[in-house]
Amino acid sequence: MQIVTFTRSTPDTAARVEVGSDGKITWGGASTVVNPWDEYALEEAIVQAKNIGGKATVIAIGPEMHSEALKHSLAMGLDEAVRIEDPALDPVDGLSYAAAAAAAVNKLEDVKLVLFGKEAVDVGTDQHTVMIARKLGFPLLTSVSKILAIDTAAGTIQVERTLEGGKQVVTSSLPVVISVTKEINEPRYPSFIGIRKASKATIPVWSLADLGVSLPVRRTVVNAYSNLPPRSVEVEMIDGEPAVQAKLLVDRLLEEKVL
Amino acid sequence: MGAVDQRDSALTPSFTPEHEALQSLVRRFAQEKIKPIAEQFDESGEFPLETIREMGRLGLMGIEVPEEYGGAGMDTLAYVLTMIEVAKADASHSTILSVNNSLYCHALMAFGTEEQKQQFLVPVASGEKIGAYSLTEPMSGSDAATMSSRAVLSDDGTHYVINGRKSWVTSGPVADVMILFTMTEPERGNKGITAFLIDASQPGLKRGKKEPKLGIRASATSEILYEDYRVPVANVLGKVGEGFRIAMQVLDAGRIGIASQALGIAEAAYEAALEYARIRRAFGSPIGQFQMIQQKIADMRTRIEASRQLIYHAVLAKARAKQTGGRYTTEASMAKLFASETAAFVTDEALQIHGGMGYSKELPLERYYRDARITRIYEGTSEIQRMVIARSELGLR
Ligand SMILES: Cc1cc2nc3c(=O)[nH]c(=O)nc-3n(C[C@H](O)[C@H](O)[C@H](O)COP(=O)(O)OP(=O)(O)OC[C@H]3O[C@@H](n4cnc5c(N)ncnc54)[C@H](O)[C@@H]3O)c2cc1C
Repeated sequence: MQIVTFTRSTPDTAARVEVGSDGKITWGGASTVVNPWDEYALEEAIVQAKNIGGKATVIAIGPEMHSEALKHSLAMGLDEAVRIEDPALDPVDGLSYAAAAAAAVNKLEDVKLVLFGKEAVDVGTDQHTVMIARKLGFPLLTSVSKILAIDTAAGTIQVERTLEGGKQVVTSSLPVVISVTKEINEPRYPSFIGIRKASKATIPVWSLADLGVSLPVRRTVVNAYSNLPPRSVEVEMIDGEPAVQAKLLVDRLLEEKVL
Repeated sequence: MGAVDQRDSALTPSFTPEHEALQSLVRRFAQEKIKPIAEQFDESGEFPLETIREMGRLGLMGIEVPEEYGGAGMDTLAYVLTMIEVAKADASHSTILSVNNSLYCHALMAFGTEEQKQQFLVPVASGEKIGAYSLTEPMSGSDAATMSSRAVLSDDGTHYVINGRKSWVTSGPVADVMILFTMTEPERGNKGITAFLIDASQPGLKRGKKEPKLGIRASATSEILYEDYRVPVANVLGKVGEGFRIAMQVLDAGRIGIASQALGIAEAAYEAALEYARIRRAFGSPIGQFQMIQQKIADMRTRIEASRQLIYHAVLAKARAKQTGGRYTTEASMAKLFASETAAFVTDEALQIHGGMGYSKELPLERYYRDARITRIYEGTSEIQRMVIARSELGLR
């Protein structure tokens, strides 16, 4: 039995992301980190793999830079890591990503659970979970804030989902695709020994040929990015006695319909 | 001796991807978990047990100890990088870390027998237990050979009976195990000191009250009182009469750690000052525009980098000494002397750049200033470092 999760390296949230004059996004030389949302899925994969007595595998799709996220995952305690790289996946769109991801899950044996973080901080898309579940033919449970029980013998899982303004408890058949929220756990920091082991690990790289999958025809192409025009802000200083200032301020706020 | 040693002048220790990964892990942990609690623990003076335990789990409590003894199996550079990052978030945490790593674990690695390592090193390197190093006494600090505590061999030769008072024991209030230096043959002076491995749970050991301190307030320090404490002869670390040499040799490693701590505190203060000099305005411009502030910035940054190079220099000397069986006392002393004086200079200037806000408890500048002060005192005062360096250069004793 195994639990599979996906991750990627994203620019450090402190990085200054900019759009260059060529319409491409850069983030300077800033270091990359494991996509912060994925850490919850990685943690849950470790915990639940132990829980069901299986192994936890992590996959990244993309170039060498994503090995960093995989090494971080191994250092945290994931059992195995795989990277998928293929010229046809560069650049990758949602549907191609889902096709490659689903093929990778199918290549692995006896997968019970496919875990995802809420979204990727860099591109901010949350569409791949839906697409992957569809491609795999697995049920999809989104916004899972707690895994209540996994019964591998009966082939079921019970989870708690966070809805707007409430919770929902759902039982599903296994295997299943799940996306988790931040409430589900507190991701661990990798240990020094974990980091040392991970830095020595060689991570296998699979091509699309290895996965035996061909990509869907690309129907959309991103042409360029551009910045929003800078917001123009006006600052007005209000002078006078405090009581006068306060009155003027309230008047102006009412005028601007802030209050 | 004599000519200046130029062997390492163009070298720094080799930074591997592993070091980078460790550094970013510690930086993140220190900023996310330690920094937010620093002020509260400084205020209360409580020992931050929870974060120290977590640091143990991550492998920070036995960085240079091989994995088979519960450590992380890393090198001195990894230890230095860890100390800098932790000290940058909170100096108290780094003091606890340094005693555990470069005094306690280091002494056991260098001088412990296999049985001693199993019993006394494994639990401490893995962070399960906390270690301490106890040399100082109320009437004997810099001049350690004048100590008045005594260990007397029992008639049947199976154990020693220890009596006396040790002072300034870092982690004394919580330590499970300690390395104690005490006199077995007072008439032999230096050569009459022996090192013992002490299990603090045994009868005859009393912990004194916690010292109220100026800085590193969360690093609990106390006296330890020995009253007919019995320690088996198997707990002698190294040989009888070898204690002073062990104490000094271990301090070589310790001083690289304190230098790194000083550098971390200095970096924290410097970064705050740099930011403030950019945003604080006076006389119509950011204060960073004023030459007098610029001079401070330039001097702070330069001394910080010079400290770092001296620390790397000592790290290389230590690695070389490991191969040749030599010492690196001078290199460690120079790093400790310069980095601790730099920390004092930088925290003072950084506070000055903040003006009145620097003096306020609203900002951590006043804590950096108080915390930096200890680095010129423990593990050998600045005066003692100068003495050590000069004596070795001059060849005079
Ligand atoms: C917070 C804290 C934690 C500590 N932790 C530990 C610990 O874990 N374990 C431990 O064993 N000790 C510890 N110490 C003790 C510390 O190492 C000593 O305080 C230090 O070595 C100085 O000794 P002293 O206080 O007796 O000062 P003294 O030796 O009395 O020195 C007083 C002054 O005289 C100067 N002086 C002394 N001799 C000379 C000389 N020959 N030439 C010129 N000047 C000289 C000193 O530099 C100093 O300025 C700690 C101390 C503090 C404050």
